[in-house]
Amino acid sequence: MEKPKFWGLHAAPSKKLKIFLAIIPFIILIGSYLIASDIRHKENPSDKLLPTVSKMVAATNKMAFEENKRTGKYLLWHDTQASLKRLAIGVGLAALVGLLLGLNMGMYKGFSALASPFVTFVSMIPPLAILPILFISFGVGELGKVALIFLGVFPVITRDIYLAVSKVPREQVVKALTLGASSLTIVYRIVMPQILPRLIDAIRLSLGAAWLFLIASEAIASTEGLGYRIFLVRRYLSMDVIIPYVLWITMLGFVMDYILKSLIRLKFKWYSSQGK
Amino acid sequence: MGKSKKLHIEDLYKSYGDKVVLDNVDLSVSEGEFCTLVGPSGCGKSTLLRLILGQEAANSGVVHIDGRAVGVPDTNRGIVFQRYSLFPHMTVLQNVLLGKYVQGKNWLTPWKSTKEEQDKAMHYLSILRLTDAIDKYPHELSGGMQQRVAIAQALIMNPPILLMDEPFGALDPDTREELQVFILELWEKQNLTIFFVTHDLIEACYLGSRLLVLSQYYTDDRGEGEHVNRGGRIVADHCLKDVVSSTEVKNSPEFKELIASVRDDGFDPVIRQHVGDFNLAHPDAFRTLTSEEQS
Repeated sequence: MEKPKFWGLHAAPSKKLKIFLAIIPFIILIGSYLIASDIRHKENPSDKLLPTVSKMVAATNKMAFEENKRTGKYLLWHDTQASLKRLAIGVGLAALVGLLLGLNMGMYKGFSALASPFVTFVSMIPPLAILPILFISFGVGELGKVALIFLGVFPVITRDIYLAVSKVPREQVVKALTLGASSLTIVYRIVMPQILPRLIDAIRLSLGAAWLFLIASEAIASTEGLGYRIFLVRRYLSMDVIIPYVLWITMLGFVMDYILKSLIRLKFKWYSSQGK
Repeated sequence: MGKSKKLHIEDLYKSYGDKVVLDNVDLSVSEGEFCTLVGPSGCGKSTLLRLILGQEAANSGVVHIDGRAVGVPDTNRGIVFQRYSLFPHMTVLQNVLLGKYVQGKNWLTPWKSTKEEQDKAMHYLSILRLTDAIDKYPHELSGGMQQRVAIAQALIMNPPILLMDEPFGALDPDTREELQVFILELWEKQNLTIFFVTHDLIEACYLGSRLLVLSQYYTDDRGEGEHVNRGGRIVADHCLKDVVSSTEVKNSPEFKELIASVRDDGFDPVIRQHVGDFNLAHPDAFRTLTSEEQS
């Protein structure tokens, strides 16, 4: 039986077709942008709303490869560095706390009874709603921003790890006990290594939210950072800077996700091939 | 028999809510016995195993291993489950060595095994014909191999008694038979004491040197009616062969007769023996009846 290439439930697209299909939406997006930009520029050559590619390239050049006259810094790299540092500290702390909390909640029923309702409660607080509280109590410096990312991300990671730990078969714990393992050995030597790849997956999923909180906090009070820059140049309608910045952020997110995914594939072979 | 009693259970009761699962179970197992426990679904055989393992606590009664009351699971018994016995993030060798790694060491200390321990692990792996697979992860192994690793993992600790909970239940018939022969040889060579729970009557009759039938289908002097809530107890206790026989024996008339009798004793809800009439032929068999059960 010949399976259809594209249409219907039984479709089995070839590899070439898959690549081709994947490119189509991008071509449509870029194409319609170029056409719209062209139309606007015919009417008004100094249009700022849909800058031409050459304008964006020029702006990117200025931001990335020319020293800023006022600060003497390469702004794009400077902003990237500042933002990534906040992101890394916030997400890193959230991952560490989430792992330890979720692991212990999943293993110790008593601790779970103590902490689980509270974590669920905290996870229901919309992080952006307490942003003012964070800025008031931690100041508008680095701490407030990192705290926002941390508070936004750690409950999600904790609950995901908790679920994963709860699903470790009881048989494994019993078996380890009959082999003479102590409870700390079981928690940190037998269950935790099994959860680490799941933690990486949880981080991958929460990176999107982490970026959201980062940009929001930078937009409100900051002196550097990718989000800060976007909201700063918004005042001058500098779409020629905003669009490259957004693309750059998207690419950073994509690369981070790819690195984490590869880490799982390379370091935790048993994890990715489970259930096959 | 004169051998020491590895496992001793007396007046054991276990209920979940109003449902009595184990009802005055008495059992004594000698060293070197290959004890198979079989019974219809819902008779409480898994519950009994969990009580011996210490995974659950009984309502009343004693469970002794080597003369000591059992507590939470520890090195006093080895266990092979139907599934999930292996740790997915460790290789076969690491899985087998795990018991040696964690023995009396701080959880923070790096896992280093001595040459002696490695040799011992390799010894068991070679007995279980797994030497080619030592660097593989559990998911790369077939079901039968996984169960062999789980057996090696338990055996390296030299447990006084090896508990097996339907260990071959998830295997295809050929692998299953292969492993049955295998565990019998192992039992004979290593002089193991095994307590083997299964729902497969043929498997139980073939493997056991002693066959226990646990069933809730029996009657006693407590009478009938709503107020009598009977749970599973040992309704038959057969002394089988002491020597390993080939799988051919499964086709012999005697074997078929044994299976038919066990089916009547334990598996048929219509045929209910009175507690006084149980076939408890094994020399180790004993039974304590309350005055209500036999007046």
